[in-house]
Amino acid sequence: MTKLSEQQYQVVVKSVADKKALPGALLPILHDIQDQLGYIPKAAIDIIAAGLKQTAAEIYGVISFYHHFRLDKPGNHLVEICRAEACQAMGSEALEQEIKSKLGIDYHQTSKDNNVSLEPVYCLGNCACGPSVKVGERVYGRMSGEKFSQLMDKLSTYVVELGQGENHAS
Amino acid sequence: MPVKIYIPCDTTALAMGADEVAKTVEFQSREAGLSADIIRNGSRGLFYLEPLVEVATARGRIAFGPVEPEDVPGLIETLMEHGDVFEGKHPLYLGLTEEIPYLARQQRLTFARAGIIDPFSIADYQAHDGFEGLKRALALIDSAGPQGIVDEVKNSGLRGRGGAAFPTGIKWQTVLDTPAEQKYIVCNADEGDSGTFADRLLMEADPFTLIEGMIIAGLAVGANQGYIYLRSEYPQADKILNQAIKTAYAQGYLGKNIQGSGQHFDLEVRLGAGAYICGEETSLLESLEGKRGLVRAKPPLPAIEGLFGLPTIVNNVISLASVPVILAKGGDYYRDYGMGRSRGTLPVQLAGNIKQGGLVELAFGETLHNLVFDFGGGTFSGKPAKAIQVGGPLGAYLPQAQWHTPLDYEAFAANNAVLGHGGVVVFDTSVDMAKQARFAMEFCKIESCGKCTPCRIGSVRGVEVIDKIISHDNQEQNLELLNDLCDTMELGSLCAMGGMTPYPVRSVIEHFSGDLLKTVTGNEQQE
Ligand SMILES: Cc1cc2nc3c(=O)[nH]c(=O)nc-3n(C[C@H](O)[C@H](O)[C@H](O)COP(=O)(O)O)c2cc1C
Ligand code: SF4
Ligand code: FES
Repeated sequence: MTKLSEQQYQVVVKSVADKKALPGALLPILHDIQDQLGYIPKAAIDIIAAGLKQTAAEIYGVISFYHHFRLDKPGNHLVEICRAEACQAMGSEALEQEIKSKLGIDYHQTSKDNNVSLEPVYCLGNCACGPSVKVGERVYGRMSGEKFSQLMDKLSTYVVELGQGENHAS
Repeated sequence: MPVKIYIPCDTTALAMGADEVAKTVEFQSREAGLSADIIRNGSRGLFYLEPLVEVATARGRIAFGPVEPEDVPGLIETLMEHGDVFEGKHPLYLGLTEEIPYLARQQRLTFARAGIIDPFSIADYQAHDGFEGLKRALALIDSAGPQGIVDEVKNSGLRGRGGAAFPTGIKWQTVLDTPAEQKYIVCNADEGDSGTFADRLLMEADPFTLIEGMIIAGLAVGANQGYIYLRSEYPQADKILNQAIKTAYAQGYLGKNIQGSGQHFDLEVRLGAGAYICGEETSLLESLEGKRGLVRAKPPLPAIEGLFGLPTIVNNVISLASVPVILAKGGDYYRDYGMGRSRGTLPVQLAGNIKQGGLVELAFGETLHNLVFDFGGGTFSGKPAKAIQVGGPLGAYLPQAQWHTPLDYEAFAANNAVLGHGGVVVFDTSVDMAKQARFAMEFCKIESCGKCTPCRIGSVRGVEVIDKIISHDNQEQNLELLNDLCDTMELGSLCAMGGMTPYPVRSVIEHFSGDLLKTVTGNEQQE
């Protein structure tokens, strides 16, 4: 198990301390950690367990039950394709194939350049304007392979710029 | 005076580019020297027209849509030139929003304010009859006690809109009658069914209605703590709800001594984490308690032993959001809409391969055919429709012969179908129904909570057997096996996840066997 970085450790400890008094605190804690770190590092499990006076197995059991929580670090962009019926009716199956082959990855994988992680999702509530894809917090309707490529181009440019900005700062 | 321009900020409007349109409107009006006040309202639910931009005029709000950023300069120009009378002067002109037939023909009770008000403004909510129901509930508490509120809900005939259609008043009565130190109101905002978005739209367009409904529920049963269990797939609803709750606290509608009444109610949003089964009420409660979302055996009912073992109301978003109008206008008023034992209105969601998708709120009794072909305008692709799935992934696929069924819980049950949460998903002739049957089993396999064998193992076997049928491996025997498996799942499962997965599968066997058995019977797919 890789150790937590100092920053990760601080995030985990603070989340647990802030929220452990809530009734049913575990999901709020897991959300908080994943929102800040992008995933729940395995090394965080023992800290959460100790804070909630539960076993590590119990915490792991909860994390693994829910599709939303992840134990591995995602790429720069989390792309979720809706696989549910209303989107199927608008050709989401073909779209899935197209996006997978464009990115060269399957579901639950991250692209080699670490730009994109791909996950299936079952309904985004945008079923009147499918097929739907979510990138980060944002949903896109009437998605097509071509529109997706344009979107990815825009997002990669953005990341490159952002990356440079960060380099300057450090 | 600045001209008021409304641009929705609900998920679908955003998914269709509403933020880009809003930015362009802001920039272009500044460039043109037009003083504009941009209001980010919720959507009216006419999703096929999103982004729907409205301009306030002396005649009322005028709609344009669907607007793309490149349409904005022309729109602003028309506005500058013609002011209030730009009738027909713009290709995207739709006339008075209220007169668009899709909207004008609806019977909006629960969604009466959706898209009209600014979801972030409590003043706007109050100006549109907001909190009238709460006022009446507080008066009832003084005159008739909590029972007075419960009686009003009973009288309305409201049945839960989350799927099971259980009478809401009776559930509330049980919680009221169960003595306990602490009780809870839990709003089921998990809305996992494909083809449904009514809960999301309500929360994003008119969040105070849900908050008001939950406060009233708390008064009715003596609960001072509420939770909204919201699915994590809805970040925009999360943002809007949290903002609304904050405002409600600041304005004395939540917390201690609500509006000086001495009553107390606290409310919090809790996020789910991408598990369909957490829409099932007992699984939802487990999840709220911080556990894996495993379904609990019933009894005990959540009304008696619910969250943390205490009496709990679990109601769907729409059920709770229908309570304010019931209190404000009286149970009789609500009850007068509908047919048979299905009283009031049903927010129907038109989705999938449909030209004019969106939300249609109507009294029970309208036919599926009228909804899909009148309101919906038929398929998006222009090909003939072949199957309509109603009620989410556990609902049956209806063949053409059943499209004249009126929307009514009992009428659907008579067809071995369900209304569920009112989601209507249209498929055109390019659909392969064998694949849809397979997907039903696959979905159950992915989303089963795993507690009982018929569902956990049955769904895995279900996928295998359907694969065999599709590849013509002993088709007849395997079809028989599939029927047996459906029986086992239906009769042996602990909850409706395993118990209802056979509904879509059986509807395919019964009505679309041509697709399932195609090459063997020589049936080519009909195009
Ligand atoms: C597998 C499964 C999923 C469900 N999903 C939802 C849901 O997403 N939203 C909902 O309100 N009810 C859902 N229900 C129904 C709830 O269990 C429960 O009946 C409902 O929340 C009660 O509220 P109501 O009486 O207001 O309908 C689901 C039930 C099952 C069996
Ligand atoms: S039917 Fe499926 S989801 Fe329901 S309790 Fe059994 S295993 Fe869990
Ligand atoms: S089915 Fe894809 S968004 Fe609802």
